[in-house]
Amino acid sequence: MEQGTIKITIDDKEIWAKDGQSVVEAARENHIFIPTLCDYKSLKPAGTCRLCTVKIGGRFVSACTTTVSNGMKVENESSEIKDIRKSLIEMLFVEGNHMCPSCEKSGNCDLQALAYRYQMTAPRFPFSFTNRRLDASLPHLILEHNRCIQCLRCVRGVRAKDGRDLFGFVDRGAKIHITVDKTVEEAFSEKTAAAAMAICPVGALIQKGGAYQTPIGDRKYDLHPIGSEIESNIEQSGGSHDTKS
Amino acid sequence: MTPNPEKKKLVVATTSLAGCFGCHMSFLDIDERILQLITHVEFNRSPIDDIKHINKPCDVGFVEGGCCNTENVHTLREFRKNCKILVSLGQCAITGGLPAMRNGIPMSDLFSEVYQNTNNPTLGNHLIPNDEEIPIILDRVYPCHEIVKVDAFLPGCPPNADLIWEALVRIIEGKSLDDLTYQYFKYD
Repeated sequence: MEQGTIKITIDDKEIWAKDGQSVVEAARENHIFIPTLCDYKSLKPAGTCRLCTVKIGGRFVSACTTTVSNGMKVENESSEIKDIRKSLIEMLFVEGNHMCPSCEKSGNCDLQALAYRYQMTAPRFPFSFTNRRLDASLPHLILEHNRCIQCLRCVRGVRAKDGRDLFGFVDRGAKIHITVDKTVEEAFSEKTAAAAMAICPVGALIQKGGAYQTPIGDRKYDLHPIGSEIESNIEQSGGSHDTKS
Repeated sequence: MTPNPEKKKLVVATTSLAGCFGCHMSFLDIDERILQLITHVEFNRSPIDDIKHINKPCDVGFVEGGCCNTENVHTLREFRKNCKILVSLGQCAITGGLPAMRNGIPMSDLFSEVYQNTNNPTLGNHLIPNDEEIPIILDRVYPCHEIVKVDAFLPGCPPNADLIWEALVRIIEGKSLDDLTYQYFKYD
């Protein structure tokens, strides 16, 4: 691996980062896990979920949208940061209706995996018990609005062939929800459904006809916590996202 | 965990509120370890021994299910009053679970759907039950910790038998229920 030229400190560990890298990327390359939900592979960071909150220079910032600079000191694993992250996870859980026992994504869900890692039992906030719609009108894709965390991963990452947006947001505030542009042909394809399910960190986008195929025990996060593949530098084995692709 | 004949046995009570008894089935899935367990604890009110009401102070109470009616609330308060440690067992006790899927739907819609807009022959008169013998249904299903103080939570639907066993061993040994084993700590 090519070594970077910028020296930063995460907790007590000095690491080398490359110019222009985000704190999350630099940490990942050095086997330090900073939890993320809205951050996804090559997509431009959106900073919507705040799970990657770290403390730099006494201020809380999102590590996915913060670029490394020489001598930067990052607080990542302090009890204060851990509690902030846990409270963010809890807020996401109470804000929607996340019924893990009946969810197709259970075991492969990033939100659930983070809740396991931070040992969430009962959220400190009251459940909202909202009554959101479930849209199963498309031939291959279910939009389960009760589980959406508004991370924008589908909006940013799944596009039509000509580059047009397929997913988008409608309404504002508490009423905000994702929608699919049904004037675009690709909205009806099986390929889009598989891509959408794979990019969704929770169970809000579900491909029809293929749920519960991975047995309990073989799913992505059944045996090892999320982030352990980064910390151990071993490629993650076992279950995959529940898609047909 | 070795038996100590000098030590007083812990008193354990369990109950199921708005649950399906799946958590109790999982409790029984500790299998032959239950023989080891009864050298350390005695059961008070529980569907396992069919004692109907708590009749002495208990050390630990396990509650399965959330509260969907007044009788659930009454039982939960009885547990809180008589148990030193109260444990929410399973997703329904912790989140309301499957019964809580009715939360967010107006009660009038629920009643008319179940009792009035039905062709069920056993509900021929289409009356909404209203008898003082029947516990009153609550406006929504409440997780247990929204009604009383709950000391510990064992998630799962049902909680893994090994998680229940781990928790029992820790309680008997006087240890904290934080940082339970990852492989057993699941919500499904």
